Formats: sequence, C-alpha cells, structure tokens
Amino acid sequence: MCLAVPGKVEKIYDAQGTRMGKVNFGGVIKEVCLAYLPDLEEGDYTIVHVGFAISKIDEESAQQSLRTFEELGLLEEELEELRETDFETGVSAVSSSPKGSSPSGTES
Amino acid sequence: MKYLTEYRDGAKAQRLAAEIRRIVTQPWAIMEVCGGQTHSIIRNGIDQILPEQVEMIHGPGCPVCVTPLAAIDKALAIASRPEVIFCSFGDMLRVPGSNDDLFKIKGAGGDVRVIYSPLDAVRIARENPEREVVFLAIGFETTAPANAMAVKLAKQQGITNFSALVSHVLVPPAIETIMNSPGNRVNAFLAAGHVCCVTGFAEYPALAAKYNVPIVVTGFEPLDLLEGIRRTVLQLEKGQAKVENAYPRVVSEQGNRAAQAVIEEVFEVTDRGWRGIGTIPGSGWRLNSDYREFDAEYKFTVSDISTCESPLCRAGEVLKGAIKPNQCQAFGKECTPRTPLGATMVSSEGACAAYYNYGRFVHLERPAIAEQVS
Ligand code: SF4
Repeated sequence: MCLAVPGKVEKIYDAQGTRMGKVNFGGVIKEVCLAYLPDLEEGDYTIVHVGFAISKIDEESAQQSLRTFEELGLLEEELEELRETDFETGVSAVSSSPKGSSPSGTES
Repeated sequence: MKYLTEYRDGAKAQRLAAEIRRIVTQPWAIMEVCGGQTHSIIRNGIDQILPEQVEMIHGPGCPVCVTPLAAIDKALAIASRPEVIFCSFGDMLRVPGSNDDLFKIKGAGGDVRVIYSPLDAVRIARENPEREVVFLAIGFETTAPANAMAVKLAKQQGITNFSALVSHVLVPPAIETIMNSPGNRVNAFLAAGHVCCVTGFAEYPALAAKYNVPIVVTGFEPLDLLEGIRRTVLQLEKGQAKVENAYPRVVSEQGNRAAQAVIEEVFEVTDRGWRGIGTIPGSGWRLNSDYREFDAEYKFTVSDISTCESPLCRAGEVLKGAIKPNQCQAFGKECTPRTPLGATMVSSEGACAAYYNYGRFVHLERPAIAEQVS
C-alpha cells in the first residue's frame, strides 16, 4: 500500500490549475500529480505513490549510500569515530579498534 | 531501472548481512512497522540471511489490514446503492467484511471501480454528474497527501457529487500501542521510509527516548532494509536509542512541507479503530468540518452495522507481532489468499499473505530474547 516507485520526470505541465507531469518508470509512462514538489524539474527523479510525486530523489545521498555498501567495514570505523565525537552519550562503544587496522581482524 | 536495481545487488546484500553478523553479540527483536517492508523482507528472504540473533517482528503497517471492519461494512453498504459509483484501490476489493467483500458487491451488479490515483475518482465524478461517486480513502501518512488533494480539488472545482469515506491511520500512535502492549518484545523499530517522506521524522526522537528504542528510517529495497537493520543493531549493541535516517535519498527530517499543509487544511486528528487491535486514541485522520459535505459518512447515513469477525482469525496478534502468521491454526488451511478469514491474508503486504505466498509454512523456533541489561 505504501509502495512508492522511483521514476524520471519527462514533462511538466498545468492541467486545470494543477501541476502535473509525465513520469517514466523504466519505460512505462504515467501521468503524475507534481503539486507537492514545486521545485521539481524535468530530468529529475522522484518517488511516486498512488499517482503523486512525494519526494525528489537526492542523487548525492543515493551515491553516498551506495558507497557505504561498497566500503562497508572501512567506513564503519570512521563512522564510529564520528559518532563518538558527535554524540556524548556516556555509553562506551563496543569496539574501538584504531583506524587503519583490518576490519576483518575483528571478526568473531 | 535507476534507483531500484542498484539496491537489489545480491553480493552487497551478503556483505551487509555479514557485517550485521560481525557486530551482533546477543538476541534482538526488531519490528518493521510497514507492510511494504514486511513484503520485501519475506519476498527477498532477508529474514533468512540475517544472523539468528536478529529476529524481524512484523508490525501493523498494512492499511488494508487494519482498516476497521465497521468501515469495510459501511463501504459495502454504500457500494451496494444503485446511484453510487464506488472507487477503491485494488487491494481493498477482497478484504472481508462481516458478510461480503467489494468484489462480491461488484459481482452482484454494484458499480465498483478500481482506481490507481485518487484523482481518477474526482475525474469519474466530473464525468458522471448524475451519479454519486464515493472514494474509499484509506492509508497511512504516505497516502494522505493524495487523498487530501482529491477532496481539496473536488471542493475547488465544485464537484458536489464526489465524497470520500475516510479511514486514515497514523504510525506514531501505533508504535506507542505496541510498546505499551503486555508481553511486548520489540527492542527497536525500522520506521517506514515513505511515511517519513511525507511527515519527516521530527516526531520520533521523543518516542525513541520515551521507550528507549532505536528508530531507524528505512527504505524498501533489500539493501535499504539491510542497511536499516545494520544501523539498528549497531545502536542496540552500543546501548543507544537514537533516531537515524538510513534512507536519505528520499527522506528529509522535515518531510514534504507542501503535502503537510494540504493534509492540515483537509484533515483533523481523530481516534481510530484498528482492525484486530482496537481503538487507538489520536491515531487517525478524518475530514475536518470545512470539508464535511465531502464526507461520505455524513452524506450517506449507514445504520444497522453490526460487525462479526471470524472466530478462528488471530490477525490482531499477528499485527502486534505477538505471533508469526504460521503459528495461527487456520494458516494455510481454512485461511488462504483465495479464502481469507482475515485482512492480513488479503493484502500482498499483509504478513499472513506474505508468509503464504513465499512458502513460510513452518514456524522456526528462535532463541528467547534475553533480559536486556540496562
Ligand atoms: S492466517 Fe488467516 S486466520 Fe490466521 S491470523 Fe492470518 S488472516 Fe487470520
């Protein structure tokens, strides 16, 4: 029910005063209401739910997540340090192996 | 397809699962609130590649499943009227009412139409001025912008033969109900990405703090889910209870402001009954008084609703995560997607249907969750 699918905005137009557009979902083109994304431009990617675009996909964050999956392990340690410095929770981290050591070395 | 296939990579999924295995040291129960996530987890076998200490508990986040029986019975009564064109999302058609479902009403001559977008219902009303067009407006926060816009446009365009039967539900009050229910085992939540896409997640830190549970905003593709689970486990292992966003390409903290404004203009918060769970205070939206003439509940007086559930069905326990679908005696026997006894067997996002469709017939024993040391 909350399924929402990414698609590429091909065309933006006005229909009876409502901001509408044509969105391409891997070859299938559908008419979508764009009223909730006034800044969306042709060529942008958006998440569509029951005929409404509800969010513009942020390319930078998308790349960032994919890199995270690529570099898992190495990145984890950097994040760990970040978290420890950013949030003073009073709870000590489980592992605090120094940066640069092989992440596989901590495998149990 | 861009932004889809790259989040379904099997090798990366294995790597994420291995990482979760590396960091986990004790049993944890994580609830995914959203039915779309339940479907994806079972379909992609994510529960099966996780280390056995991590148990996924399936939550109440399937709007089709929790729409109260009384609302379904009202819908059926209205859809049976000869002057009505009844518009609904496809997955509501087989949801069992006390005696019938929309599919049977259609078979018996009712004008029941499946629509893709709520705006289709407004168009049908414009094209059929001599008929009454009623739209069954259900859903979580995700669907509210679309449903609210349909009503707003109908009013703007003076389409008076359009009305909506609204039964909207809200996620945060449901999280509270789960945490307060006796025997609750949930240690952390994956928050539904597309709900947060609309509402943002500013409401969640208070919940995370109140119940001392990590809440991680999570997407729907296999890698998104595994990343959400990984971040949740990391927090649990560290004894943290923070709100994190593991779906930043779609979700921002403030959500979609334009959508929130229209929701506020059209809806107001109300107590709502959840099928199988009961009434949760402040857990729904209904049309506010400015839009009363578009409210099908006021337009059509429906009396004589006396609801009756199947005595075999344990959907309420399934929805709260107390049992897995295959622990219900009727699962796969009296109850199948062709002969559903409860709504959780109807919707593809219902936990019972997901377990049935992807062959989870046997209940696997999981280690008991150890007492959490604080
Ligand atoms: S398997 Fe069927 S009867 Fe059992 S809880 Fe699920 S929907 Fe209800």
